[in-house]
Amino acid sequence: MALAKRIIPCLDVTAGRVVKGTNFVELRDAGDPVEIARRYDEQGADEVTFLDITASSDQRDIILHIIEACASQVFIPLTVGGGVRKVEDVRRLLNAGADKVSMNTAAVQNPDLVSDASAKVGSQCIVVAIDAKQTAPGQWCVFTHGGRNNTGIDVVTWAKDVAARGAGEILLTSMDRDGTKNGFDLALTRAVSDAVAIPVIASGGVGNLQHLADGVTQGGADAVLAASIFHFGEYTVRQAKEYMRDRGIEVRL
Amino acid sequence: MGKIAVIDYGMGNLRSVWQALEHVAEGREVVVTADPAVVAAAERVVFPGQGAMPDCMAELDARGLRPAVLQAAKDKPFLGICIGLQMLFEHSEEGGVPGLGVFAGQVRRFPADKMVTADGSRLKVPHMGWNQVRHTRPHALWEGIEDGARFYFVHSYYVTPEDPAVVAGTADYGIPFTCAVARDNIFAIQSHPEKSARDGLALLRNFIRWQP
Repeated sequence: MALAKRIIPCLDVTAGRVVKGTNFVELRDAGDPVEIARRYDEQGADEVTFLDITASSDQRDIILHIIEACASQVFIPLTVGGGVRKVEDVRRLLNAGADKVSMNTAAVQNPDLVSDASAKVGSQCIVVAIDAKQTAPGQWCVFTHGGRNNTGIDVVTWAKDVAARGAGEILLTSMDRDGTKNGFDLALTRAVSDAVAIPVIASGGVGNLQHLADGVTQGGADAVLAASIFHFGEYTVRQAKEYMRDRGIEVRL
Repeated sequence: MGKIAVIDYGMGNLRSVWQALEHVAEGREVVVTADPAVVAAAERVVFPGQGAMPDCMAELDARGLRPAVLQAAKDKPFLGICIGLQMLFEHSEEGGVPGLGVFAGQVRRFPADKMVTADGSRLKVPHMGWNQVRHTRPHALWEGIEDGARFYFVHSYYVTPEDPAVVAGTADYGIPFTCAVARDNIFAIQSHPEKSARDGLALLRNFIRWQP
């Protein structure tokens, strides 16, 4: 028996609401974050991830209230990302009830943030989110600022770097696939999960349950993250788990 | 009805433990406290823990909480969680510190040479995620929880009790290890019931109703 492969519904949150876009644009309202998180918990989600996609910094505190409300009703690990720039931001989110905090742009701009934060609060609390876009066959670059800025950094190199700096987990999103429903970028997922010893969460592109299973069996992911297939009621988390179990993947049911 | 005291010795955030207990407390008051008098007056005591055991032991003593914890472990329903389980043992490899010695035995780190799966892939330490908990014997706190149900774990060290009779549950991660112990009024578990969804809440509810 081994650790269960995890299914993680992801909630993109702005101005206190869950939204979902296609290729990082065109947002659709998907509902109240606490209510949605609770529903996923009831369906058997192993974890819930909140990404605060609020642009303006004066609305940053909204996510803290959402996490506080969520932590009082949802008793599974909660991960929060978006706008994390300092170790102090990590602390505030953990104190609000998050179990893990994910960082993206700020980690690229200041890689010491990964080392400092993991030394302070423990690797198990630190997730580095990588937005990846294919730039040549078998090659992907790290994008920042919500996918607008190409850093030119190789994704596999960056993944190894953050793992060495104490990241506990990598949340790997394919920007090419995000919102397309064409499935994960399996070559990208495999390249990163083969390169690092820390868990990799596959993200971006899930359109059906086979895609989730493929992320684990072909991509080598330890966890799979999806948003729209769950938000709009196409599938429940439980259905996804039963599907994976029937294909020989260990899940918590 | 008496209070449920969650012992706060300044190591990390106890919000999750408190909130999960509140959720199942059936009207009882749940307090997070560093006051030995509150611990002494409580009907039941929860002893959580996160971080490194040497820091936890130092902070516990700095706050003068050791006598209150030892007394509670003698005379009222007592639930240890994670490092709160490990601290009940005699000694830990983590920092080479002595624990409270409520149970005879050691706390050891997962051995690097055993951290491989059957297919040869490497297991990471900390052991983090949803793993199966096997009941080695019936216990009031397992009531309504399936043998083999998955709980959420985050840890790098595990307990090795000298007396096999205290083992209540085991899990596997490269090696089989003891993940729950019980004796008289004490139950202690390595995983985090406060983060283990319905089965974790069931265990906490069982603790609140438990009449050892």
